[in-house]
Amino acid sequence: MTLLHIRNLSVDFATASGQFRAVDGVDQDVNESEILAIVGESGSGKSVSMLAVMGLLPWTATVTADELTFDGQDLLTMDPRARRKIVGKDLAMIFQEPMSSLNPCFTVGWQIREALRVHLGMGRRERQARAIELFEQVGIPDPEKRLSAFPHQMSGGMNQRVMIAMAIACKPKLLIADEPTTALDVTIQAQILDLLASLRDETGMGLVLITHDMGVVAETAERVSVQYAGQKIEEQPVVPLFETPHHPYTSALLDALPERATEKRLPTIPGVVPGQFDRPAGCLFSPRCQFANAKCKAEAPRPSSIELGHARCFYPLNSNERAAS
Amino acid sequence: MTDPVMTATALERHYEVSSGLFRASRTLKAVAGVEFALYPGKTLAVVGESGCGKSTLARMVTMIEEPTAGSLTLDGKPVVPEDWASLRKSVQIVFQDPYGSLNPRQRIGTILEEPLKINRPDMSNTERTAKAREMLGLVGLRPEHFDRYPHMFSGGQRQRIAIARALMLDPKVLVLDEPVSALDLSIQSSVLNLLVDLQERLQLAYLFISHDLSVVKHVADEVIVMYLGRAVEKGSRDTVFATPFHPYTKALLSATPQADPRAKKERIKLDGELPSPLAIPDGCPFAPRCWKVQEKCRATRPALFGDAHSAACFFPENSPT
Ligand SMILES: Nc1ncnc2c1ncn2[C@@H]1O[C@H](COP(=O)(O)OP(=O)(O)OP(=O)(O)O)[C@@H](O)[C@H]1O
Ligand SMILES: Nc1ncnc2c1ncn2[C@@H]1O[C@H](COP(=O)(O)OP(=O)(O)O)[C@@H](O)[C@H]1O
Ligand code: SF4
Ligand code: SF4
Ligand SMILES: [Mg+2]
Ligand SMILES: [Mg+2]
Repeated sequence: MTLLHIRNLSVDFATASGQFRAVDGVDQDVNESEILAIVGESGSGKSVSMLAVMGLLPWTATVTADELTFDGQDLLTMDPRARRKIVGKDLAMIFQEPMSSLNPCFTVGWQIREALRVHLGMGRRERQARAIELFEQVGIPDPEKRLSAFPHQMSGGMNQRVMIAMAIACKPKLLIADEPTTALDVTIQAQILDLLASLRDETGMGLVLITHDMGVVAETAERVSVQYAGQKIEEQPVVPLFETPHHPYTSALLDALPERATEKRLPTIPGVVPGQFDRPAGCLFSPRCQFANAKCKAEAPRPSSIELGHARCFYPLNSNERAAS
Repeated sequence: MTDPVMTATALERHYEVSSGLFRASRTLKAVAGVEFALYPGKTLAVVGESGCGKSTLARMVTMIEEPTAGSLTLDGKPVVPEDWASLRKSVQIVFQDPYGSLNPRQRIGTILEEPLKINRPDMSNTERTAKAREMLGLVGLRPEHFDRYPHMFSGGQRQRIAIARALMLDPKVLVLDEPVSALDLSIQSSVLNLLVDLQERLQLAYLFISHDLSVVKHVADEVIVMYLGRAVEKGSRDTVFATPFHPYTKALLSATPQADPRAKKERIKLDGELPSPLAIPDGCPFAPRCWKVQEKCRATRPALFGDAHSAACFFPENSPT
């Protein structure tokens, strides 16, 4: 069943230098019990699009969408109080900077019990028992003792586990994890990714994993959505995405991976991601695309069919038409 | 084989840290007994988890901090603090953060000329400017970038500027402390290519510090794996990646995600985390997390064992010869 359903989501920020479009016409579905990865370079709108779903953007942001539903409920027309009841309970998020979302003034135990009180109205005893259970579940040793620790007294890996424990405290239907392991060492990262996958197996929650690490994507995700300059430019199940990418950007990104290198000099993508003032007309990737022609520079491509991974490209790669021409 | 340009022998760096108001200070051994040799045109990579002493090693090699014990040589001569001022120009460093390492109020030209102003008073203004412009071209930036400020550049371009600055004094050794970790994939590959080109052209010796094993596998000739301040494995890139001896190296390799969804995942799960560097266990430092641990490991610390490929473990994976 579809948990999250997004059509034509855009986010504009009012900045000192004018309007800035951070998310541009994104469609996305997330099903129960599936792991969707969103990948893309820094600034491609991964965090902003999911913060828009959570309703957690600052007032300078204008969010528009044709459809935005969670678990069958329309988030666009829902009143803020009803939305606050869902966010943090059925719809939870692990934020990119763990330290900025844990309050340094309270013990981690207090913070997790408070979440349980607010959302589930549990009594004192029950809260403590559930907090211990949650810490055990995320692999925090010595949970009773750790509950009375402050965030700064714990390592990055432990704090990240606390964040996950808080996020799953109310058994969310959908968990959005924004770069949950970027700040961690690989051995700890492996533990956290296993933990997230096993939580999904046990509870059937949907998981959105935001990352820029292609290795993490390959090992964890089932479906992958690629963002570029605010747009979703391709989406495929994980195996075909790596083996037969349809969008030239996806393909170029994969070629640039050191582990795919066939010689000492790696393939590169010329130029940089467009910013606020140099957004090109036509296809946003056209200034960097080796296949760009006059049409690409003049006209913006629409997402193509599902068979072509919804690639926003006039000439998708690994397609029959392309092979024939 | 050519002579090494730099060597390190039994290098140590300790810090006295006070633990609480009235308690006696304790010794933190950030680096304990590291040895290596750097060769012209070759890359030695240092890998390991955060806090294992990589940056501390970099600060000693670049003469920012004096080793507590052990010695460094440069071109066969001992590196002693009295000579730092004259030796420093031969060993330059590039840091991870391309944002923090450039002065935002200086133009790129000024940033590049500054090391010459300080170290080469014999050079005229015109010579300095000419050299800075040449370097700009060498790292793939355009002449018009000379008068711009750092904030006008992308992360990858800023890292190019930092590399150009490090090369202004014609160093022999370049220490690269996580040089591409903050860069996006599409930018990372062009900076790695630049480093490969420069090394070939200038026969630079690289000390390449990184936690990203896929990058290390691509750039390194030799690899040192560090754990809690010690080298636990050393060898050529190919042998370390293909037949790791030390259980920690094996765990590190197995935990590194591969960008291939069909690859078999056989992760070795390590229990627990890095112990506090103030409470490094006696015996093998890896013992609390090691799945092969025996009584002996807890009692005695294993020394590095082996010639070209060595490891510090009593029960290594693919036994050293
Ligand atoms: N409050 C804000 N005001 C103005 N612009 C913003 C704001 N928040 C984000 N942006 C801009 O929106 C764009 C998308 O940002 P976002 O945080 O979603 O990127 P991201 O894909 O998550 O990148 P990263 O990989 O670096 O986390 C960026 O250009 C960013 O600078
Ligand atoms: N100036 C210092 N004072 C006290 N401890 C330090 C200092 N610099 C580094 N350390 C400690 O030394 C150890 C190694 O640090 P570092 O070399 O920065 O590791 P890495 O670069 O591998 O992440 C860490 O435990 C760190 O906290
Ligand atoms: S539309 Fe044209 S420029 Fe854009 S990605 Fe496709 S081929 Fe390249
Ligand atoms: S010496 Fe023992 S504890 Fe240490 S790595 Fe080898 S087997 Fe493991
Ligand atoms: Mg983000
Ligand atoms: Mg460091």
